[in-house]
Amino acid sequence: MSLPVAPKPALRRFHQARWDEPIIFELSTPGERGVLVSAVEPGVRAVVGDVVADLPAALRRPTRPALPEMGQMRVLKHYLRLSQENLGADLNVDVGQGTCTMKYAPKVNDQLIGTPALTALHPLQDEADVQGILDIIWRTEQMLAEISGMHRVSLHTSGGSAAIWTNISMIRAYHAANGEAEQRDEVITTIFSHPSNAAAAKAAGYTVITLHPDADGYPDLAALKAAVGPRTAAIMITNPEDTGIFNPHVKDWVDAAHAVGALASYDQANANGILGITRARDAGFDVCHFNLHKTFGTPHACGGPGAGASAVSEELAPFLPGPVVERDGDRFFLDADRPQSIGKVGPFYGVIPNIVRAYSWIMALGADGLRTVAEIAVLNNNYLLSKVLEIDGASAPYATGRRRIEQVRYSWQELFEDTGISSEEIGVRASDWGMHYWTSHHPYIVPQPFTLEPTESYSKAELDEYAAVLAEVAREAREDPDTVRTAPHNQSVHHTHHDDLDDPDRWAITWRAYRRKYPV
Amino acid sequence: MVRTLGVLVNPVAGVGGPVGLKGSDGADVQSEAVSRGAVALAGDRARAAIAAIAQHAASLRVLTVDGPMGADAVRAAGLTPSSVLSPGFPTSAADTAAAARALRDAGAELILFVGGDGTARDVAAAIGRTVPVLGVPAGVKMYSACFAVSPAAAGSVVARWATGQSIPLEEREVLDVDEQQIRQGRAEPRLHGFVDVPAVAGRTQARKSATPASERAAVAAAAAGAIAAFRPGVSYLLGPGGTMREVGRRLGVATTPLGVDVVRDGVVVLADASERELLDLVRVARAQAVVTVIGGQGFLLGRGNQQLSAAVVSALGDDPLLVVATEQKLIDLGGRPLLVDTGEAAVDRALAGYIRVITGVRTSALYPVHSPENEREHSCV
Repeated sequence: MSLPVAPKPALRRFHQARWDEPIIFELSTPGERGVLVSAVEPGVRAVVGDVVADLPAALRRPTRPALPEMGQMRVLKHYLRLSQENLGADLNVDVGQGTCTMKYAPKVNDQLIGTPALTALHPLQDEADVQGILDIIWRTEQMLAEISGMHRVSLHTSGGSAAIWTNISMIRAYHAANGEAEQRDEVITTIFSHPSNAAAAKAAGYTVITLHPDADGYPDLAALKAAVGPRTAAIMITNPEDTGIFNPHVKDWVDAAHAVGALASYDQANANGILGITRARDAGFDVCHFNLHKTFGTPHACGGPGAGASAVSEELAPFLPGPVVERDGDRFFLDADRPQSIGKVGPFYGVIPNIVRAYSWIMALGADGLRTVAEIAVLNNNYLLSKVLEIDGASAPYATGRRRIEQVRYSWQELFEDTGISSEEIGVRASDWGMHYWTSHHPYIVPQPFTLEPTESYSKAELDEYAAVLAEVAREAREDPDTVRTAPHNQSVHHTHHDDLDDPDRWAITWRAYRRKYPV
Repeated sequence: MVRTLGVLVNPVAGVGGPVGLKGSDGADVQSEAVSRGAVALAGDRARAAIAAIAQHAASLRVLTVDGPMGADAVRAAGLTPSSVLSPGFPTSAADTAAAARALRDAGAELILFVGGDGTARDVAAAIGRTVPVLGVPAGVKMYSACFAVSPAAAGSVVARWATGQSIPLEEREVLDVDEQQIRQGRAEPRLHGFVDVPAVAGRTQARKSATPASERAAVAAAAAGAIAAFRPGVSYLLGPGGTMREVGRRLGVATTPLGVDVVRDGVVVLADASERELLDLVRVARAQAVVTVIGGQGFLLGRGNQQLSAAVVSALGDDPLLVVATEQKLIDLGGRPLLVDTGEAAVDRALAGYIRVITGVRTSALYPVHSPENEREHSCV
């Protein structure tokens, strides 16, 4: 007797929802309302007066904002429909967004931060009333200090690039305090370090020198030694780099910087492969940062808010952004009296819900658990590496034959030369199986790149499924290239045109800009 | 929207390679190759490239040349050719030039040519930058920077173009060596001109991150970075290349496409200077040569800018070069070093090591420079 249910095919039969949903502004109906806001009670009004009167004139709008007018149910449907047209870590095998560390963000932590004790807090409350959250900030800082080996930590920023900006600002303040601000006007980075390092340094006024890898794909120590000098303010590097290759001579890099009086800054946004295994301070780094939304289990939140942590040595602690949480016995307080501080880098004290999530994540795992995270992430990555290298036309350039840490930047160059099918087209076709896939950071050094990072969250079965989709698309590229070229076939939208996104004259990131650039 | 593609095949391209003739230029070499049993593969490579375009037949008008110069390959790939020229056979370099002109004059908006450096040189000489071109690699010599990495890769670029997408154009160098020299053990490619090439999606960029706007911006940033490094009273010897032309444009001066011009304090003091004129100038004035990466091989000196000779570079002193290039140009080298070949081993040796390459205002790369002539000496020791 046959089974009552037909067996599943090897590859999932997937079809994304397609709602053809208008933009929310186009759904606006004049007079429709989601919430009728209660009028201010007369007693309250009598006490606080006209609150708007306190707003400076420059902050007041002369006209009302053109917000969409919609009932609650229509709002709910609108966003549910959009959510069905999405892929993401909670829906698919999201290992294709390498360098972003798309791990599981535990849902229980979202319940924890839903407590009114947290949601009803106000940043201007009296310190005595908010001892609990100050305690959590202080403890989270202490744990991140222990994880990095650094002396102090600031959680003020709401993203990784902001944390890098904070770090280069502290480096600049340090040299200024030593009277070397004018002399030290150069920052050195590598081309496989996250591009935010070069960007933040340039925004801080530095001349940026980028080093290319040596013939084996490792950071080129000889190039660094040729680049450093009395003008060097800092080296700003990622390790492991975007290739997933760990720089075995990282201590020599730090020493080369210190030998000329420069500081060493470590981009540890993604520390997922080294938690509990290596520490920035042990290699001599003066400053580093983490993204709580990469390494420490808080959600990326579709572009934010994330949370950054900037960690520094004792020497740089006076320059941390302020105010900082200090402890006096059992009492926590905010210390804003720090004359060498670089000042505010974010509103108030950081993205509190994410700090609480990260605190919960670290506490749930403990020290041994953090190390296990790194070990499984590395194991998963090297398992996926072996599966991908079995696909005809895929390769992992550089450090051939060596294992990688937590991610790999692969190449489809061989497949492309044989078939003309590009990495971008492969990624679009992979979405027909519900898989998300990303190519590479700027600049594109590895030809036809794709970057996979499985983290610790995915099972062997899920990694097998992902690799099977890639193998199937690679087979199609050789045997049925038109199917790949005309993909996607099962997706919400067909092709997007990048030209509009790349041209400042055409991109529109707000409704107002859209109406201005594309008049009806 | 119907787009008009020109297809031009050099039927004898590459015929000399497999039989060890180092090239296929000229009727004598071609007949020698055939007598050695060579079979030209250009037609097959043309068909492989065009096959990728077949699905866009409805939005494409294909102009080409009779027989093995295009029509055969277009037909074999399943498209209907429209011929603009009937050459005599066997074909020659003059036919390539005549075909390129005829395709352009008949309205081709992009010319896909199949061949090697010799073909590229003939195409560039005939039509220059009046119409964009893309090379399908089929030759023996491949120094020029106007070829896709494979026939299929070329086909995918044209397919994208055929769908109406805008593809950025990059000015690329056409280089060619004298084959007689290679056969005598010397290889000195010279810069013969420039063509506009659709930025080859996939050579390095998978997402089509290079848009016309971003490509122009990258060259403009590199040129602005160079100008920011200029000092008053110093003479700058601007070598050839599109980046140098942008430097000139930003300074408000006209530059010589294949020559060396000298600017000082924003004014041209020598146009299209000879080596002798440069020597006379740099011996009495503070000066620096401004050079960019020439061709796909990564040469800074010794290819296409021979006026910047060993003697001139020596006379420039301790810091002779200001190197300017877009980051993409360095990336396109695929990890290979920059090269200098002035003909004087001692001069090349002094330049070898790491050199600062200006990629924008306050951005630069430190990149390795090798001198192949010295390495050849070392390998003999």
